[in-house]
Amino acid sequence: MTLGFSQWMNGRGPEGEIVLSSRIRLARNLAGFPFPHRMNDAQGQAMLAKVEEAFHQVEPGWDLHFRRLESLSPLERELLMEKHLVSPLLIQNPIRYEGAALDDRESISVMVNEEDHLRIQVLLPGLQLEEAWQAANRLDDTLEQTLDIAYDESRGYLTAWPTNLGTGLRASVMLHLPALVMTRQASQVFTTLAQVGIVVRGLYGEGSEALGNIFQISNQVSLGLTEEELVHNLTVVAQQIVGREQSARQHLAANAALALADRVGRSWGILTNARVMTSDEALRLLSDVQLGLDLNLLEGPLPCTFPQLTLMTRPAFLQVEAGRELSPGERDQIRASTLRRHLLGKN
Amino acid sequence: MGEDEELQMCQRCQQKPAHVHFSKVINGEKSDRYLCDDCAREEGAFHLMLGPQFTVQQVLGGLIGQAGLPTSRSMGSGRTCPACGYTYREFAESGRLGCDRCYEAFKDELSPLILRLHGRAEHRGKLPRRGAQHLAEVRELERLRQQMADAIQREAFEEAAQIRDQIRRMTGGEAK
Repeated sequence: MTLGFSQWMNGRGPEGEIVLSSRIRLARNLAGFPFPHRMNDAQGQAMLAKVEEAFHQVEPGWDLHFRRLESLSPLERELLMEKHLVSPLLIQNPIRYEGAALDDRESISVMVNEEDHLRIQVLLPGLQLEEAWQAANRLDDTLEQTLDIAYDESRGYLTAWPTNLGTGLRASVMLHLPALVMTRQASQVFTTLAQVGIVVRGLYGEGSEALGNIFQISNQVSLGLTEEELVHNLTVVAQQIVGREQSARQHLAANAALALADRVGRSWGILTNARVMTSDEALRLLSDVQLGLDLNLLEGPLPCTFPQLTLMTRPAFLQVEAGRELSPGERDQIRASTLRRHLLGKN
Repeated sequence: MGEDEELQMCQRCQQKPAHVHFSKVINGEKSDRYLCDDCAREEGAFHLMLGPQFTVQQVLGGLIGQAGLPTSRSMGSGRTCPACGYTYREFAESGRLGCDRCYEAFKDELSPLILRLHGRAEHRGKLPRRGAQHLAEVRELERLRQQMADAIQREAFEEAAQIRDQIRRMTGGEAK
């Protein structure tokens, strides 16, 4: 794993103003092994050995490097979580047979022994679910050449939770929706999404809050539709939300231009001058600044992207960058100075 | 809330006085949020929607063997999965399976649950190429038969005959 940002964060994908990233996740399990929560030590070790061997067999072109989680420090594990490469659940103690295979771009990650034996993930900037699915599908085909995957002809891929049964596919997009929140439409939009089987979560998945007006939407149903249909459906929904957010932004620009410019300017002022800042405050202000840039209320472009700035507010990122553990008070100071430096291009 | 905080304005709308104080500690990082009633209600709605208590997985255990489903807790309660020893009780309480073979062991109880979760309960997506050769052929035949029927509908009999020959080659003589 690398320090600093993931390479994919450098660029902006299609619909990149509102869609920060797209992700495909495939849940897979090895036939003949209990699911991770039921494995004893012998099974856990045997299973890990099999998976490690399978990653060795993957062509070098994939650039995948497997690490057991126990070989990483707690801070390094947390940084992987902050970069969305692993889930909060994977790094939860006690660490037993968990692992992760990552590529150098940090666009591909295979979580080992989270809720399922394997969770193949591909993460791309902007709205690129189709591309992410194709990459995940190819990697799945490759791994399946050496691993016996559990499946049933009518039930599809067998997973620890029946909610992931069938395709084992979860498509998700990370959306920045400040105008929908400001115009108080967000909760109504999310209620509607729930009715069509789309789940809304916060920045770090299940149970997390929508910090910085960033929301993750994903499909709930995984059985009965083909992967292409699931991916297409979520893409269409994401495009519709992008449209709603865009019209809310236009509405704000037309009807509340002064208040909006004032808010954006104040947020910029605080971000570039504050000496102490909590992560919640930073994300809130960064959301305003990003909206200001998108609406040309601030002069851009900034030397770094919104996903990079978001990562810069996270505790593990700051501590790994500093090379030591920091108290919450120290973090608030270093967060303020790091953001100031990056926003003003003095890095 | 202390008296000195009475003038605190809502951090969200900056327009109304804050009456609600959210305090939260995550990994030793404390954050405070002061909101007016309206904003608190709105954010509260997000919290509920994003909160763990609303995930399907958490209510799964409750769904299994409850009234409304054609199974009861007592029905399968003595059963265990022959492959991993997981009991029906463990499954019913957590909503989670123990291994791939549990799907067969608790099939009767799972069917209505899967129907409830996913609606249509037949898998139509990809399958591992190794081992699933048979199913791939079955699906290909299904597809060809549909094509043949379409061709006949359109009175494109030459095309239909070609497809029929293709089906015959695959099945060793049987076109139906």
